[in-house]
Formats: sequence, C-alpha cells, structure tokens
Amino acid sequence: MSGPTFQRKTYYYVFGALIALTVLTVGISFLDLGQWHIAAGLTIAVCKAGFVILFFMHLLHSRPLTWLILGTGLFWLAILLALTLSDYVTRHLGAY
Amino acid sequence: MSEIANTSSQSAQVAPPPGSLWHHFENLEHQNEATTLGMWVFLATELLIFGALFAGYAAYRSWYPAAFEAASGRLNLLIGGINTVVLLTSSLTMVLAVRAAQLGSLRALVTLLILTSLLGTVFLALKAVEYYTDYLDNLVPGLAFNPEEWRQVHVNPAHVQLFLVFYYVMTGLHAVHLTFGIVIMAVLAVMAWRRAFTPEHHTAVEMWGLYWHFVDIVWIFLLPLLYLIATRKTLM
Amino acid sequence: MSTLTAPFRPQALATPPPEPKANYLNVSYGVKSWLLTTDHKRIALLYLVSVTLMFFVGGAAATLIRVNLLTPAGSLVTADTYNKLFSAHGIIMVFFFLVPVVPTVLGNFLLPMMIGARDLAFPRLNLLSWYAYMAGATLILWVIFSGGVDTGWTFYTPFSSKSSHASVIPAMLAIVIGGFSGIFTGLNFVVTVHRLRAPGLTWFRLPLFVWSLYATSIILLLATPVLAMTLILVAVERVWGIGIFDPALGGDPLLFQHLFWFYSHPAVYIMILPGMGIVSEIIPCFSRKNIFGYKFVAFASIGIAVLGFLVWAHHMFVAGQSRFAAMIFSFLSYLVAVPSAIKVFNWTATLYKGSITYHTPMLFALGFIGLFTLGGLTGLMLAALGLNVHVHDTYFIIAHFHFIMVGGMVMAYMAGLHYWWPKITGRLYPEGWGRLAALIVFIGFILTFSPQFVLGYLGMPRRYHAYAQEFQVLNVLSTAGASILAVGYLLPLIYLIWSLRYGKKAGDNPWDATGLEWQSPSPPPPDNFAEPPVVTCGPYEYALGPGVRSQESGVKIPETEVHNV
Repeated sequence: MSGPTFQRKTYYYVFGALIALTVLTVGISFLDLGQWHIAAGLTIAVCKAGFVILFFMHLLHSRPLTWLILGTGLFWLAILLALTLSDYVTRHLGAY
Repeated sequence: MSEIANTSSQSAQVAPPPGSLWHHFENLEHQNEATTLGMWVFLATELLIFGALFAGYAAYRSWYPAAFEAASGRLNLLIGGINTVVLLTSSLTMVLAVRAAQLGSLRALVTLLILTSLLGTVFLALKAVEYYTDYLDNLVPGLAFNPEEWRQVHVNPAHVQLFLVFYYVMTGLHAVHLTFGIVIMAVLAVMAWRRAFTPEHHTAVEMWGLYWHFVDIVWIFLLPLLYLIATRKTLM
Repeated sequence: MSTLTAPFRPQALATPPPEPKANYLNVSYGVKSWLLTTDHKRIALLYLVSVTLMFFVGGAAATLIRVNLLTPAGSLVTADTYNKLFSAHGIIMVFFFLVPVVPTVLGNFLLPMMIGARDLAFPRLNLLSWYAYMAGATLILWVIFSGGVDTGWTFYTPFSSKSSHASVIPAMLAIVIGGFSGIFTGLNFVVTVHRLRAPGLTWFRLPLFVWSLYATSIILLLATPVLAMTLILVAVERVWGIGIFDPALGGDPLLFQHLFWFYSHPAVYIMILPGMGIVSEIIPCFSRKNIFGYKFVAFASIGIAVLGFLVWAHHMFVAGQSRFAAMIFSFLSYLVAVPSAIKVFNWTATLYKGSITYHTPMLFALGFIGLFTLGGLTGLMLAALGLNVHVHDTYFIIAHFHFIMVGGMVMAYMAGLHYWWPKITGRLYPEGWGRLAALIVFIGFILTFSPQFVLGYLGMPRRYHAYAQEFQVLNVLSTAGASILAVGYLLPLIYLIWSLRYGKKAGDNPWDATGLEWQSPSPPPPDNFAEPPVVTCGPYEYALGPGVRSQESGVKIPETEVHNV
C-alpha cells in the first residue's frame, strides 16, 4: 500500500552503512580471528539484512502482521537449522 | 519526519485506473494491502527454499571444517566483494524507484527501474566472469579439478568438492532468482513508461521491490558464508 | 451495506424455492469459460475431476499390489515392476491426492463462502495453481506409464541419486511442479483469511474448517519449498554425477532424509488437518449442538501445524542418526499427539447428549474419529524408540499410516463431499446408497488393514513383492478387504454422478446447518452472495433454534474494521 516512506536522505545513510559494513566484513576476513570468522561474518550480515528489511523493505512502517509473517519464516528456518544440526554435531557421540 | 506520499482518504477519492480494481475487493487500498501481504508470504517460502541449502551447508561445514575453510579461501573475493556492492546499489535504486512511484515522478521511476535491472545484469556478468576464473583455477568438480593440490595441503579433496557443489548450487539458485528479478524490473520499466502506475496504484512496483531486496539479502548472507569463513590470504 | 445477518436458518420448506436465474454453473458455457475461469467454485470442480482421476489411478496400482500379494511367491509381477507399483501408488496418493484434495476441492469452494467473501484474494493465482497441478499430474502419469520410477515415494539416496535406472528426474520434477500448486494455494488461503473476512467475522467466529485450512496453509507454505530444493539437489547429483548426498565424497545419505522428512512429516498434517476441519463441521451439525471447546480445537489446529515440524526424524530412527537426536525426536513425537487427542476429546464431548442423526456425512465422520484414533495410538507406539526399531519398514508402519490416511482422511473427505454436495451441485445424493457406501467402506477398510498390523508385528517387511509362507492367510484377508473397499469407493462415484442429473433438487440448506455457505442458494451465484453478509455470532449456534441470533455479551460489533489482522 502506498503510505509514508522515508526521506531520500535516510535511504542514502542506510546505503552508506551497508557499504561500510561490507568493507568491514571483507576487511576483517584478512585478520586472524580463528574460529570467530563465521560468527563475525554472520553478525555483520544480520546487521546489513536488518537495515535492508527495516528501511528498504519498509518493515518499520509495516503493520504487525507483516512482522509476524517475517518472524514466522525466520522461526521455521531456525527449526530446520537447529534440529538438523542437532544430529550432525552429536553424530560422533554414537549413532543408531 | 517522513514524506507522506498518500493517505488512505486520498485513495478513496481518486478513481482507480480502469480494470485495476478486482471485483472481490472493497477498494484499491484493500487490494493493495492484500497483494503486498501476499508477496511477504511468498518471501517467507523463499526463506525456506534457500534454508534447505543453508541447512545442508551447515551440516557439512560442522563435519569438515578444514576442507571447507581451505576451499573458501580460494574463491574470488574481489569479484564477490564488487558484486556485493553492485547488488546493494541496486537495492538503493530499487527503493528510490518505489519512492518515485509514490510521488508520481514518472521519469525518475522509469530511470531507476532500468538502473536496477542494469545493475542486476552487471552482477550476473561479473558472476559469469567469476565462474570462469573458478574454472581456470581448477575449482569445478567434474570439469576442472585437481585432487592432488588439495592432498598436498592435507585437505580431503572429496570434502572440498562438497563445498564447491554447495557454492555452485547456492550461487546458481541466487542467480536464477536474480535473473527473474531483472526481467521483472525491465517489464515494470516498460509499464511505467506507458503510465501504468499512479501514486495511488503502483503495487507491482512495491511488491517486486520487496522481492528484489530479498534477493539482495540472500547474497548478503552468501558472501560471508561462502567467501569469508576463514582467514583470507588472498583477494582472489 | 447489507444487513443480512448470519446465521439465520430458514424454515424447512416442503418444496425448495425456484432456482435463481444464474448460478456459477450455468452463468456461462463452453470449454474456455471453464479452462480460463477465475471463479473459485469452478476451479474447485476442475480440481475435483483431476484429483478423482488420480485417486483411481493410484487405486489401480494398489489393486495390482494387493493381487500380487495373494501368493507368497508374488509372481503376478516381477520384483522390479512391484517396486514401480508401490512407488506409483505412494507418489500419486501422497502428492497428487491426499495433499491437494481437501484444500483444493472443498477449501477452494467453501473458504470464500465461509468467510463471506466473493472470491479468494488472488483468483488468477488460483487458476495457475490448478494448471501447475495438471502439469505435475500429467508428467507423473507419463512417467508411470512410460516405464515408471522404482525409488518409492521417498526417493532415498544413494539409490535415487546414483543407482536407479528409472525416470527419477521426471518424477521428481512432477512433484516439484505439483508442490508449487500447493504453495500458491496456501498463499491464497492465508491472505484471504487475513484480509477478506466479512464484517463482524472475528477470528473466533470462524468455522473450524477455516482454522484447519489456515493451519494447513502454513505447513504448505513453509515445508514444500524444502522438498522442492531437496529433490532438485538429487537431480543435480544425477545429472552432473557430483553431488552432496554421495558417500564417496563424504556426503551423508541421511542429509537427504533429514531434508526430505522435514517436508514429508508436516505433509501428513497437511493431509489430515483439513479432514479434521471437516469433521469439526459435521459433528455439530448432526448432533445439533455447538462444538465443545471451540478455542481448544482452533488452537489445536495451529498446535498440530507447529509441533508437526519438530518431529520429522522419527522416520529415521534406524537410519543412523545420532542417539541424542533420536531421543529428542522421540520425545517431541509424543508431544504432537496431544493436540490431536484434544480434538478427539472435543468431538466426543460434542456428541455427548447431542441429538444425533446418522446421515451419510455423519457415518463417515464417526468412522473417521474411530479409525483415526486407532491409527494415532499406533503412532504413539511408533514414537517409542525400542518398538520402532522392531517394526520399522514392516507392515505395521503401512497399517499405521493407512489407518490414519484411508480410515481417517479419505473417510473425512467422503464425509465432506457428501455434506457439501448439495451446496456444490444443487442436488441431493441418494441417502440410502450413501449409507450403504459408508458401511461398505468401513467394513472393507477394517478387513484390509487390520491384518497388516499383525503382519508387521510378526515381521513381514514392506516393499517386498514376495513373502514367507506363514504370512499368506493374513495377506489373503487383506486383499479380500481391499476388494470390498474398492466397491465402497466405486459406489459413490456412480451415485454422485447419477445425482447430477437425477438427484432431487436441494434447497439452500438441506441439513439445516449454520454457516455462511448455507445462506446462499444451491448452487451459489457467481459472486456467492447477493450482498456481503454481516456476522453477529459464533459459527455453531445450533442449540438456539431457528431464527434466533445471539449477541456477544456487551460487545458492540465493529462495522468496518474487519481487515485488521
């Protein structure tokens, strides 16, 4: 529905943040973070995705139902990942 | 403070473009809400399509960290990084296009839609180049792959092939979605040029804008998960 | 806006009123008006024809299976053909009958009417969904009749991804395309329920059939994409000879099973939830009583949808997953029985002290409750790790899911088909024949599948075309039952078609039921209602007698704000 949107300025700021985070994520990949690369990369990715969803996809101005749909999708994705991984990270302990 | 493009009382007063109001909806605003909702629901299903791939990838990454990290370091981060910037820029042009539609700025709308479509095409072109460099670098299982080079660094070449299959399927599925989006944007640009959209009725632009941003978000996650899971030594 | 308030129940009429000039069936003629329709009612009929055809093809495969199993040597067909027969039976019955039937036939027809809408939210998407189904169904029929697929409907790797020489990829493609049909339907239903309810129709005034369709749609939307992707991955492995399920690469065949069952277990809830919704409509009507515990039943539907996603690896207890994961999934599998049990208790409580009549829909619905409960109880047995190891891949499993799917779901579909047949066609089916068919189906079913529990417990494996001599008697009993069951299914095919021409004309509301769909003529006009209805009370106010409308105590009905959530 056509409703209030953000100012053009806001979009440019968000874009700037996205580029900065991209540079950051690529940059830190050259540092020796050991096991933490994935966690760091995912954290930054979540921030970037958050910016895109909240501002570019107008979630901040959307009704609660939209939040619910997004939340439901994410929750189901979490179920898929968590329960599948529960097998893979414990398989070495013994399988049937 | 936000610019108000429209209020619901305005859309109730303006007659919808002929043929645009479906017979089972009360008014255009009602219809537009439903359509946007439908796209969000569709995006939730898309989350799960990619989710299946993420689940498989996570499973094998947990089993074969060494091979996955070694293979990840060999991907072309230069192109991957540039492509990320390209796609982010296309998201900017997309949201500005939606804004232009809300304001009724016809020329801006058409230009921005074409730009979005073009940036997507640039991504695909760079991706094709990247696939070619992967081929030259012996990173294509079944086509160009040298198991010996991996054994020499004490990494299991079979597990490297698993990583690479995920790499090609995930980026491939993303590219298919992007291609679809590129075509849609071009079609929307043509429709916009033919004055199909008004500030009261431009749901298609908003709806497919959401789709475009989703494709961007998938890439936002593919970048660290495929290219950046270990300390990078080289850019490409 | 109209003030046609619901529910009102018309006086029983000696002769039905004259039919209005135009209903959705006669408003236009010609092949194009059907193949290009966007009317949800016509699309429902298109689905009815296609789904019924698929049912009988799948049934033919079952017939051949059962005939082959009359003798221990199983020499009616070769082992290889037998593999193709049970694969065809499973694929067709799961993907092209049980998953789509109630949402696309009864759901498409009734959902808009039950919420007072003129159509679904996206009518053209609805038509596209039928074409996707037809494409998938045509492709799978071509696969089956041109050589078949032998992997079972479960497509386990590495057989499906490496060794099978059958038409695996076309079969999987058919299922993926058919899957998109389900995704589009689910999307349509969700948006419709959120956005197109009539004024005054709050969530807790929705018929329970609508709640069950909503829950089903959630599952369709969130599970089917994973199946699609998984089958595509198997295709990738077959085509390029390199893939992620390949043990030679360190790939894990169990990953396929995890991803496959992530869809396929919730899929069984896609299959059963609409059936439960049908029963929730029929029991109150034929007990002349409000449903007991409306909110519990509504929330149980959502509960089944959610919990159903947490239990998939109980199909993999002997496959080699970690003990830890197996224990988690076993525990969760016990939990998922709870909302189903809640529903059974509530239906029973609804029957208690009700004014019960035994029309055909009620007979089928009662059969559902009994057989579904029995099948569900055996499910609890299977959730136990110890027992599961013993009976996995035996006829115990086959009996378990056929009790639920055939004794449960197909009976519920029969119940719904008979219940709403007058509304859909404007004709009454012959009640005597209907009751006879219900009885034959019930007897045939018991005789077919009860022996299979015993067979499985005694150790007869599934998917074997031949078996040990000691199992023959039970197998012969089972086949005998199957032949009776077949008669039970053919009878409705005959008399329902007969009724289209020779059946008594039905009035608007032959069952004197509540619900918005009964406030419209039979068959309904193209736009469902003369004017949009306004709802002022709950969906099952049977006890109040004709013409009485209840008011929610102290709550003013908001006229306009229905499009909120």
